[in-house]
Amino acid sequence: MATEALGWWGVPLGILAGTLRGSAPFLFVSLGECLTEKSGKINLGLEGTLLMGAMSAYAISYLGASQWGLSPAFSPWLGVLVAGLAGMVLGSIHAFLAQQPRVNDIAVGIAMIIFGSGLAFFLGKPFIQPKAPQLPTLDLANWSSIPQIQSAFKISPLFVLGVLLAPLMAWFFRSTRWGLFVRAVGDSPDAALAMGISIKKVRMLSIIAGSFLAGIGGACLSLYYPGLWSESVSSGQGLMAVALVIFARWNPIQCLWASLFFGGAQAIGPALQAVGIEQGRYLFNAAPYVLTLLIMIITCSPKKTLSGAPGALGTINL
Amino acid sequence: MAFSRYHWRAKAEAICIPLAALFVAMILFGIFVAFCGKNPFAVYGAIFKTAFGSWRSFQGTLLRSAPLMLTALCTVLPARLGLMVIGNEGALVMGGLGAIAAGLTLSYGAITPSPEQLKATLGLPPFMVLVGMAIGGIVAGGVWIGIVGALRHYRAVNETISSLLMNYIAIAILNHLVEGPWKDPSSLNKPSTFPLPEAYRLENIVATRVHYGLLYGLIACAIAYFLIAHTTFGFAARTAGGNVKAARVAGLPVGRLAIIICFLAGSAAGLAGMVEVAAVQGQANASLVAGYGYAGILVAFVARYNPLATILVAIGLGGIINSGGALQRTFGMPDATVLVFQGIVFLVILYSESLYGRFKIFREPEIPLAPPAATAVTV
Repeated sequence: MATEALGWWGVPLGILAGTLRGSAPFLFVSLGECLTEKSGKINLGLEGTLLMGAMSAYAISYLGASQWGLSPAFSPWLGVLVAGLAGMVLGSIHAFLAQQPRVNDIAVGIAMIIFGSGLAFFLGKPFIQPKAPQLPTLDLANWSSIPQIQSAFKISPLFVLGVLLAPLMAWFFRSTRWGLFVRAVGDSPDAALAMGISIKKVRMLSIIAGSFLAGIGGACLSLYYPGLWSESVSSGQGLMAVALVIFARWNPIQCLWASLFFGGAQAIGPALQAVGIEQGRYLFNAAPYVLTLLIMIITCSPKKTLSGAPGALGTINL
Repeated sequence: MAFSRYHWRAKAEAICIPLAALFVAMILFGIFVAFCGKNPFAVYGAIFKTAFGSWRSFQGTLLRSAPLMLTALCTVLPARLGLMVIGNEGALVMGGLGAIAAGLTLSYGAITPSPEQLKATLGLPPFMVLVGMAIGGIVAGGVWIGIVGALRHYRAVNETISSLLMNYIAIAILNHLVEGPWKDPSSLNKPSTFPLPEAYRLENIVATRVHYGLLYGLIACAIAYFLIAHTTFGFAARTAGGNVKAARVAGLPVGRLAIIICFLAGSAAGLAGMVEVAAVQGQANASLVAGYGYAGILVAFVARYNPLATILVAIGLGGIINSGGALQRTFGMPDATVLVFQGIVFLVILYSESLYGRFKIFREPEIPLAPPAATAVTV
């Protein structure tokens, strides 16, 4: 086995490979959540959106190639688009409900997790078995003769897209008129109202756009890594995004670093397993959750609100 | 307490709006079912028949509603303090682990008994072992959610997110223990702990197939109601839930209240885990993660955080969950159908929250005391 030939070098390499692969969904979901939270609302339901995105991307990719006669190079991309649209549909439900008077956006989020995952499991039942065409990968390590390194650097174009999206979103918040609207609505709805901005409309669009990104995050799961559709494919990544955004202090660039960090944390368990360390494998699977919790314990404080937090986040609309 | 007219109208509103919401949710789900090419009336008929149609099927419903009552309390109690705890699933899992640890220790003397120890139990009376298991479940679940309350108090960590993360951590701990340190070597296909001796399992209520866990649920809901509605402790909690600043000014120990309430909440869900272990599974394994925790959140919401309403709602939802199998068999619908139904109910009920106070029928007719002011400031 080549893994044995690499020996302990397999562990950092495995973590690196896992980081490059596993961080793509985190990246999209956290950027989506960042946009949503910047406008002053929390969307916990992105977990359901992620599952729905994963299911619809996989289903469309499979159906496109096998039923509708699309080329296998094209149908995954159609799947990505449909995943985003499915996310938008769920997002608009959340946006409508979360802005009703006396309705708690966190509660709506939990309801959307149940609804979204239920719908994804319901519609996705027939697609657990068949094999759908996957997204192409960019092979960046053809210079190497070691197969592990080659496979570690098979990067998804979606990942590249996500990496580019982070600075783009930072620029959007910093330098565009619409970015200013979103920030104003999130920080001080009163000031935004005085500016003549429709709070409802801005939040609606922010939540829907954020859900679009989360839907694409789901497509990363089912069409790239792990590259299959099953009911346990997301395992809480949409929820972690909420903590991740706090960790990243509502800054898209830091969302990128945080996503890479989480992707790496997720890869520790499998990487150790690959070199034969079975002990405590389930505990390592909990690493991202423990990490998130620790980060929240360290960064939160009863004395002050977090720097960078949108001022209106978590306030109830009356 | 005499009912004023105001009370009468408020009560009517609190009953009519959830019922109307439930009705709307049923219509929406009916449309969904019709889209799937099934007859919604036939589906509802089947749900009703398998849930409440006969005494035998109703027993199945009661069986499933027992853990729901207990997990729902995990959200209900903190909600009275204004905290939104959704770590029910994790607390149930930890409770199950605590109960099995206590149960095996009290019956064999070790959590992983050697073959010699397995031959004979310590011979304690079943009552004592069951009490020990209940304490194990209550403490383990209570500490688990107590941590959430403590984090909230000392570090201002959002209790919703921390309790959600703790769900996943609890499930990882369960998997670790049943696959590793606590594994019964003879459980091959489905890694589990050693089974409890038959003598120490929670029995069924006489002449039914419903176990005593149902009584635990009913009693816990009654205690929770009494605690909230009729004690100073409950009054303090409600005050703090209504207005934290006012409660602080009044000198209430808000932080300590939060931790105690969270402990009680977690212990209710932990007891649900004990019931699952002691009555249904007989051992701890991945079957503990059956979604009772998340369904419990829904129950708490629909019951509008009222412990007595929780009982009724838990029975209703228990019926829906009970009918899931029948939908699968008769209509060939996936088991996730029940999840979709739950999601729709949840969303519509949440929307209905915004309707309170919007209907004129439920409003006390106002007696104009003075001529209206010249200008009214609208928000």
